[in-house]
Order: sequence, then C-alpha cells, then structure tokens
Amino acid sequence: MLSDAARAEILAHRERYPEGRQKSAVMGALHIAQAELGWLSPEVFREVGELLSLAPVHVAAVATFYTMYEKEPAGQHVIDVCCNISCMLRGAYEILEHIEQRLGIKRGETTADGQITIREQECIGSCSTAPALQVNYRFHENLTIEKVDAILDQLLAGQPVASPEEVTHG
Amino acid sequence: MAERRILLEHLDVPNAHTLDVWRAHGGYASLDSLFAKEPAAWVDEVKASGLCGRGGAGFPTGMKWSFLAKGTGKPTYLVVNCDESEPGTCHDRQLVSRLPHLLVEGIICTCWAIDAHHAFIYIRGEYAYGAERLEAAIAEANAAGLLGQTINGREFPLRITVHRGAGAYICGEETALLSSLEGDKGQPRQKPPFPAVAGLYAAPTIVNNVQTICSIPYIVKHGAAWFAGINLEPESKSPGPRIVSVSGHVQRPGVYEIENGTPFRELIYDICGGMLPGRDLKAVIPGGSSMPMLPKDVILNTTTSFESIRAAGSQPGSGAIIVMDDSTSIPHAIWRIAKFYAHESCGKCTPCREGNPWTVKILGRIIAGQGDPRDLAILDDIAETMEKNSFCPLGIAAAWALQGGLKHFRHEFEALCQG
Ligand SMILES: Cc1cc2nc3c(=O)[nH]c(=O)nc-3n(C[C@H](O)[C@H](O)[C@H](O)COP(=O)(O)O)c2cc1C
Ligand code: SF4
Ligand code: FES
Repeated sequence: MLSDAARAEILAHRERYPEGRQKSAVMGALHIAQAELGWLSPEVFREVGELLSLAPVHVAAVATFYTMYEKEPAGQHVIDVCCNISCMLRGAYEILEHIEQRLGIKRGETTADGQITIREQECIGSCSTAPALQVNYRFHENLTIEKVDAILDQLLAGQPVASPEEVTHG
Repeated sequence: MAERRILLEHLDVPNAHTLDVWRAHGGYASLDSLFAKEPAAWVDEVKASGLCGRGGAGFPTGMKWSFLAKGTGKPTYLVVNCDESEPGTCHDRQLVSRLPHLLVEGIICTCWAIDAHHAFIYIRGEYAYGAERLEAAIAEANAAGLLGQTINGREFPLRITVHRGAGAYICGEETALLSSLEGDKGQPRQKPPFPAVAGLYAAPTIVNNVQTICSIPYIVKHGAAWFAGINLEPESKSPGPRIVSVSGHVQRPGVYEIENGTPFRELIYDICGGMLPGRDLKAVIPGGSSMPMLPKDVILNTTTSFESIRAAGSQPGSGAIIVMDDSTSIPHAIWRIAKFYAHESCGKCTPCREGNPWTVKILGRIIAGQGDPRDLAILDDIAETMEKNSFCPLGIAAAWALQGGLKHFRHEFEALCQG
C-alpha cells in the first residue's frame, strides 16, 4: 500500500501536465511508488491506476516497458556497471567481474542477505569518464579496482556511498 | 588547435548551476535582446545562423521551427530531448547538471520564437542528479520572475515540466519520446504527421536536443552572422560551436567544445592528447554507436563538419566520438554494439526485433572462434534487411553499425571464421 504522503505526491505530480492529460503522470507516479516501496507489484498498478483514472493493465504495460521499474524486489542497493562500447574499451568487464568475485554472485543476481544487486548495464552517459557505474542511479566514474573496492567496502559496512560528482559540484 | 568554449565557457565555474552565479557570468542577458524582436524574426535569425540539430539527424533548426502548423486552435509545445542514451554520448548530462540555467534560458528564447507556453524536458531516468539540478534551476527561475505569468516583467506565461524517463533508448527517437511523454509505452509512431504538425497531444510540437536549445541564447545575443562564422570550413553548412564526447583509447577522453570543421587529427592528437602509450589508432566511430566506424586512414583525412563526415561514409550523429586503438578486436566491438541494439529494440517490427538477436548470436560464435565462413554472408543479409525494412531509425542504426565493421575490417571477421 502506498502511504498517504506518496498518494499526495502523485496527485501533485499530476498537476505538471495539462488539464485532462493525467495519463502523462504515470511514469512519475511509478517513480514515486518505487521510491517508497522498492518495487512495483500488481497492487501498485491498481493503486496508481485509481489515482490517475487509468486501467491497471495500462499501468502494467507501461511499467513493464521500461527497465528502471522493478517488477520484483531487487537488492537494497543496485549496482549498474556500464559495459557498453566506451566502457568496455576501458576495462568495464574487468570491473564487473571483480565485483562478481567479491560479492560471490553473478550479474543479474542479488546477495543472499538481499543487500546488493549487480547488473550489466547499457550506456549510462559517462562514456568520457569510463569505466563507470551507478549505485542506486548515482554516478561513480573513472573507476579503478581500488575505487570499486572502496565503494563495496562502504556498502558492505552499511554506510552510505556518496557520488563524487555530487560532492565536488557543490 | 585547441578547444573553443562558448556554451561550455562557464562549465568549471563553481556553482554555475545557481541563478546568482549564472547571472554574474552574463546569464539571462539574451532576454534583453529577445523581446525587442517579434517571434517570426527569431525563426528567421535561427535559420540564418545555420544551426543544425545536435540530437542525431542534424536537421536545420530554424527550418524545423518554420514548419509548425499555424491556426490549429491547439497550443504549441516545446519538448527538449535529454534522453541521451546513444552509446558514447555524455555531454547533455554535463549541460543539464552543471549549467541548467543555460537550458532554461534557451527554453525561454525558443518558446518566445515559436509561441509556446509550456515546455517539457524529457530526461532519461538514470540522470536523477541532472533532473534534480533542473528542478532546482526551474524553481529559482520561477521565484525570480523568469518563468510563470511574466518573464522579466513581460507578459508571457511559460511553464517548464521535467519528465523523467525510466530506461529505454528508443525514447530518444522523437515520436517514441512523445508516446512516452503521453503516458504510453515508448514506441515510435508513423511519420508523417511530423511533430511540428501533430506532436504532443496531437498539437504542434517542436522536439529539439538539449545542446540545440542551449545554442539559442548565443544566437539571440550575438546574432546569426556571428554563429555562422564559427566555422573552419566556410563552405560547410553545419556551422557553430559543437560539443562532442570523446571516449575510448585516447589519453584524455572528455567532453570538448570545438568549432565546426576541426580536423579529427587535431581533436585526437592535440585536444585529447593522442593515443594511449605504445598504441596506434585503428578506427573511430564519429557519431555514436549507431553510425558506421571509419578506419584510421579515412578518419585522419576527415574533419568534424557534417559534410566531411558524410563524405567519408559515416554520420555526425550525436557527436559521440569513440576512438579505438590497435588492441581492439573489431568483431568484439561490433558484437557489444549489436548486444545493445538487441536489448533496446522496442519489438514493434520484425526486422529489428529478430535481426538484432540473430546478429548477436552469430557474432557471439564468431568471436568465440566458432564462426563459419558462411556467417558473414548471413550477417550482410540481416544488415540489409534491417536497413531496408525497419520501421524506425533504430533498426537502421543497428544495420549501419554492423555494416561499418564488416566493410572496413572484414578480414578480422574472416580470420575468426576459418575454424
Ligand atoms: C533510436 C534513436 C534515439 C535517439 N536518441 C536521441 C537522444 O537521446 N537525444 C536527442 O536529442 N535526439 C535523439 N534522437 C534524435 C531525435 O529523434 C530527434 O531527431 C532530435 O531530438 C531532434 O532534435 P534536434 O533537431 O535538435 O537534433 C534519437 C533518434 C533515434 C532514432
Ligand atoms: S526498428 Fe522497429 S522494433 Fe526496432 S526500435 Fe524501431 S520500431 Fe522498434
Ligand atoms: S558506454 Fe559506458 S557510460 Fe557510455
């Protein structure tokens, strides 16, 4: 169930679009729901549909089209390692394999404690600062094995990992 | 030869993303000139500037604006394309996260010129930080009277909505983007009608790339002739400053701003510091993974003007320049690119939906050393089918990427197919 706060946020989000165009708010509503619940269940499709006067099947069709919407529970933290061409040229697969080894899981899997999911990702827009990854959709760039180890150490210790970009840009 | 920073002039200024700092560096000065001219005059000015869209197709911006349907009784919309998912491309992200007010300023100028009162920024979902920066800039602009009912005291209602995507490369294609923005699956639509006639909510709509819109305030401030003069090749019809993302095997990959016509040789060896130690240049993809790659001897005789890249047999595309050295296996690189298209095919039409996974499968066995000499003919055939019969440019792009590799480096594929 969505909280009252999330429902209010979705209704406010709807106002960003012209009168009568509330269908446009479906993607934002799904982002809001996922931020609160971690993933999108059929129950959420019904609730979002109700708030935006849309059929739950339509909400489900949208949710399943896009990769960022989780259709089943993912780990508490998601590490997306870009392995597309620019990152591959700069050693992305070595980075991904190193993470797999350290966590003892393969790409697409989640650690047994439900803490960390790792995925091979397509281009995330860090090609000139490759190799790169995102932790919960926050950037980490110009990666080295040492930098990756530091990120994993923090995650495994339950500490927050700040995106260097967001720290240095002030 | 060096960079020439115009749009990126203030990129490294601390807190350039805030209104105060942006204004202290001349931000929003374009508004002083903007309202002095009628909208139609600005459409002509942008036409005269020669600005071509930076999103991929390179269509002349002023001409696109002049195609807007008039007298439809519907509102006109501006949609800014910040889906930026073309592999190799990462400069729009720098613009929106570090210079968000430049985009807001460009949106104001553009909306005045095309008489739009509601603009949307479609930003890929992975740019969570960029979206936050944009929201903050829009809030600042609203509070400062730069958006809302009036702009700098001038009666002109304008609002900007940031719309976050959720992971789908196809949503960068303008009609798929509009479907996504309307709250449907992001699948391409038949053209015509073009968005300028029936776009968002079936109303006249201009879809432009982030960098295109960020160029507008400079044309407003300095004029068409100034913009057209930023051109090392006087005969080129794609003038202006151009932001490129250079990635791969150079010493200094990065986001750079260069003049139209800067030779690739200078971009790679001077601006980017040359190849990694002990390595030699092998091939370059000049416009994002969708465009055919060019071998060393061709690219080193090519410049960054649209005409030069096209004459060399590729396309300027998104301005993503992917450099590969002699350690690169081209079949392997093409396999990775094909894997991307297989993943991103929206599934609407058969050549692309079926062709891409087959390409990945065949290339997979080739790079594993289990290729069959007949495989190359099959790949040629798949590429041709995708190029000729795909519903939208994604399938065509997938074909071009594959064909570029097969054309210039066929011997590498053949060597792997000897068994
Ligand atoms: C598969 C595909 C992906 C695209 N992705 C983008 C993108 O991320 N950003 C963009 O500006 N244009 C993208 N385009 C081009 C748009 O369809 C459109 O031409 C562009 O946004 C128009 O803006 P411009 O005239 O300013 O270049 C893409 C096209 C295709 C076929
Ligand atoms: S070519 Fe066809 S399947 Fe591929 S993305 Fe375009 S419409 Fe979808
Ligand atoms: S290819 Fe990895 S971020 Fe673009």
